[in-house]
Amino acid sequence: MDKDRSKHYALHRRKVVKKLLEKRGEMLVVAGLGAPAWDITAAGDDPLNFPLWGAMGGAVALGLGLALAQPSNRVLVITGDGEMLMGIGSLATVAIQRPENLAIVVLDNEHYGETGMQRTHTAGCVNLAAIAAGNGISVCSTIKDEKDFNAILPQIRNVQGPCFFNIKVRAEALPLVLPPKDGAYLRDRFRMALLGEDAMA
Amino acid sequence: MPMTETNAKIWPNEIFQVLNAYSVQQVAYVPDSGHTRLIQLCHSSSEVKTIAVTTEEEGIALLAGAWLGGQRGALLMQSSGAGNCLNMLSLTRTCRLPLLMLVTMRGQWGEFNPWQVPMGQNAEPMLKLAGVITFAVDDDRRVKDTVAAAAQMAFEGPAATAILISQRIIGAKTFGK
Repeated sequence: MDKDRSKHYALHRRKVVKKLLEKRGEMLVVAGLGAPAWDITAAGDDPLNFPLWGAMGGAVALGLGLALAQPSNRVLVITGDGEMLMGIGSLATVAIQRPENLAIVVLDNEHYGETGMQRTHTAGCVNLAAIAAGNGISVCSTIKDEKDFNAILPQIRNVQGPCFFNIKVRAEALPLVLPPKDGAYLRDRFRMALLGEDAMA
Repeated sequence: MPMTETNAKIWPNEIFQVLNAYSVQQVAYVPDSGHTRLIQLCHSSSEVKTIAVTTEEEGIALLAGAWLGGQRGALLMQSSGAGNCLNMLSLTRTCRLPLLMLVTMRGQWGEFNPWQVPMGQNAEPMLKLAGVITFAVDDDRRVKDTVAAAAQMAFEGPAATAILISQRIIGAKTFGK
């Protein structure tokens, strides 16, 4: 087995997410289950967050449906490497649909964090940014340090998408910061914040 | 009543009319030959964004996002895809999202391919177990009002619904044998 690189990555997921969501404005944020959902909540719960507590493999597809429905709003999907691998086909669908307003960030710690820190395929030879590129997503890269991360921040907000960034983050145990758990509540507050009272009609 | 040539051509058009009447704006699909005509109609419409997905569960998540963004959707698939949806249907159920699934059946009526039979026989009970309201229809004259009834329940509920269009309507596939 290869040496575990992930304990030495320079970037910390909570700091990365905090920066991604700073002065976010009207940006719509979808988080994959597990740590990414806790990360966006640690950065400040928001009605325009849609944190998933299940539906593994669905984060990018959900973000795509949202981006197609709301072409004038930026949609940011933040998910983990295990979740991305389970819905890997959705990257192909994103590439075909080419939503200009969709940005995808994978926080890649190379482990399944909620289930005992088993290694994911990205701990081995699997390169998610290369998969995104192979699908035809033209703006994509792997980010490993703060300098490169700072360089992609404006792209995540503004570049003509779709864009995909695989951010290597340190594998670390962090305090849980849990978002609301009731899906119907998450749905209603999101739709009210985005669509106004019409959402409840 | 035996299926007539005319009726066989009408029901996909009728489904398309119902989707328009209910303001469906995103249609996701994994292809099935039974849905060929409907998929063509959707692709050629400027009212509908038509999205081929790589697996049916992707369509469930996609339409959840569509609804969160204020748009109604429908998901087209064949019965073999129903099982692929099961875990993702927990999203629909937990968040109480509307869902309109149009499932063309295989493995049900004169099926020549035994590999289609397990899901052909189990799609409906599986969907029910996942909390989906199912409407099986085996008369092509009943397709239109069944889809309308399901759409009404889906979007006014909200509820997860599936219309299972019998292989009797579509015709058993033979590969020309």
